[in-house]
Amino acid sequence: MTVNPELQGRVFPPVAPYLVGREKVREFSRAVFATSPINLDPEAARAAGYADVVAPPTFAVVVQEATLAQLLAEPDAGIDFTRVVHGDQRFTFSRPIVAGDELTATLSVASVKSLGGHSMVTAVSTIVDAAGAHVVTATSTLVVRGDE
Amino acid sequence: MTIIATPRLADLTVGDVIAEGTFPLTRDSLVHYAGASGDFNPIHYRDDVAVSVGLPGVLAHGMLTMGFVVQPVVDWAGDPGRIVDYQVRFTRPVLVPAAGVAVVTVVAKVGAIDTDAGVARIDLTVSSGEVTVLGKAQARVRLV
Repeated sequence: MTVNPELQGRVFPPVAPYLVGREKVREFSRAVFATSPINLDPEAARAAGYADVVAPPTFAVVVQEATLAQLLAEPDAGIDFTRVVHGDQRFTFSRPIVAGDELTATLSVASVKSLGGHSMVTAVSTIVDAAGAHVVTATSTLVVRGDE
Repeated sequence: MTIIATPRLADLTVGDVIAEGTFPLTRDSLVHYAGASGDFNPIHYRDDVAVSVGLPGVLAHGMLTMGFVVQPVVDWAGDPGRIVDYQVRFTRPVLVPAAGVAVVTVVAKVGAIDTDAGVARIDLTVSSGEVTVLGKAQARVRLV
C-alpha cells in the first residue's frame, strides 16, 4: 500500500469545535512539567493580561489530533497507521490558546513526497477561534514506512 | 536584591545559554501524558506491544518530550504566551524502562536575534543518555 499522491492539496471539512477547559489545560500543563503560574493559576494568568489559564505551546496537538484522525481515516489515502512515524512537528501562533477558547481545526495536505521507499505527508491544521481569527497552525510531517 | 524581569533582546548574544533543564521520566510520566493528551497508543505503556512492532521497548511520546523541553524557555521568558513558534524533528526515541528513569536533558541557547521582528530564536539541544533525541528544535520567543 502506498500513499495516494493525489492527497496533496486536499482540504478537509473542519472538525467539530473544541472547547478548551481550564482543568484540561492544568492537567496538560502538569503532564509536560510546566511550572509557570500562567499555565496553572487563573489569578496569575489574569494578572498577566489573559482571560484564564494559558495552555502550554504543545497543547495545540490536542486540538490538532482530530484532523490527523480524519487524514488516517480517509478511504483513498492509503495510509496504514501502523506504519506511521511522527517525523517533525511545528506550531506557529498568532496568539496562545487560553481556557475558554472554542477552537476549530481545518486540515489540508501540503505535500506528499516519496523518499527511498517511504512516503512523507505534510499535514497542516489551521486552528481558529469562535470569531474565526487565527490562533495557531500545527504542521506535522508523517513518515509512512514502505513495505519491507 | 534584583527582581528578575522579562529578558530583553538587547541583552542577548547569539550562543548564550539562557536555560537548562533535567527531566527524569518514568512510566508514570508516560501514563499521565497519555491521559492528559488523549494519545493512548500502547507503545507508550506496554512492553509487549512495543516489542511486537519491532521497538526495543516502551518509548516516550515524542510530543511529551517536545512538550517539556520547552518549559525552561517558558520560565526564562516569564510567560508561555511569548512562544510564537516552536518546532522539532523527532530523530531518536527515548526509551523508558518499566522500573527506574530515563533522564532527558535540555540546553537552550540563543540561536538568532531578529530585532526588527522582536523575536529571539532559541535552539534546544535535547539528549537522553549521550544521545541527541531531537533535531532542529527551535523556539521563537517574542521579546522587547
